[in-house]
Amino acid sequence: MRVSVVVFPGTNCDRDTKWAFEKIGANVEFIWHNEHDLKNPDLVVLPGGFSYGDYLRSGAIARFSPIMKEVIEYANKGGYVLGICNGFQVLLESHLLPGAMKRNENLHFISKHHHLKVVNNDNKFLRNLEVGEIVNIPIAHAEGNYTPESEEALKKMWDNGQVLLQYVDEFGNISNPNGSADSIAGICNENKNVFGLMPHPERAMQSILGSEDGVRMLTSFLDK
Amino acid sequence: MKVVANIFLKNGVLDPQGKAVHHGLDALGFEAVNDVRVGKQIVIDLDTDDETKAIEEVKAMCEKLLANTVIENYEVEVKK
Repeated sequence: MRVSVVVFPGTNCDRDTKWAFEKIGANVEFIWHNEHDLKNPDLVVLPGGFSYGDYLRSGAIARFSPIMKEVIEYANKGGYVLGICNGFQVLLESHLLPGAMKRNENLHFISKHHHLKVVNNDNKFLRNLEVGEIVNIPIAHAEGNYTPESEEALKKMWDNGQVLLQYVDEFGNISNPNGSADSIAGICNENKNVFGLMPHPERAMQSILGSEDGVRMLTSFLDK
Repeated sequence: MKVVANIFLKNGVLDPQGKAVHHGLDALGFEAVNDVRVGKQIVIDLDTDDETKAIEEVKAMCEKLLANTVIENYEVEVKK
């Protein structure tokens, strides 16, 4: 399996992401933002960081990088795209995923382990996990306050199974760190080939570092 | 010609920065403050003398890049 990790100026989770996918057996290529070729991947990952210094809005400038034209085309043809943290923000700004991100409600940059509940596993990303399962994945962001386009749009996302992950406590009760609508931590598009989440599965790959719950998330892309 | 775009979170969208500034003003004793909204001002120097055209141009910029219209509104005016 070939994974292309896109690197923008200011991306800083590219190497962790490469390491995580190599650990589970993928061949990983870095793709610099001003390249025009995704190198025929099975999965494109937009990793976390601060692309273009978060200028204007998180992800707003990265969206116009030359490679994003290819990413959008790839996604529209049904290719799998995963956006982690800043990558999620780039996908929202690119309109590959619906909605927008605001500053965290308490204005703090939040960096800690957080529990998530799997809401829907009828998709390539979470099919190795059970609905209702609680996983432990770190979060690290200042703008993770997910805001849908409208109440109706949010309802439609629920009905379509596009709400994938919610912030919860260790017992599965809603525990919202950033003010996100319905405590949403991760979503997908209507066609279920573009995924975005604020938590960092690539930082949950070894129990010695607090959790290995990210392994099953990322592995699900590898299995046929 | 300089054109100004003022970008604010939409009414009804909680503005956490505005709220924090409001708390700060309260703490300093500015008791008459009802509400505070924090936004962005972007000043663009355009190579044109046509005001209508300049405003249309910057509105298009707001739609495409400067504002995220899911959560933000914008107002455009020529800077006198």
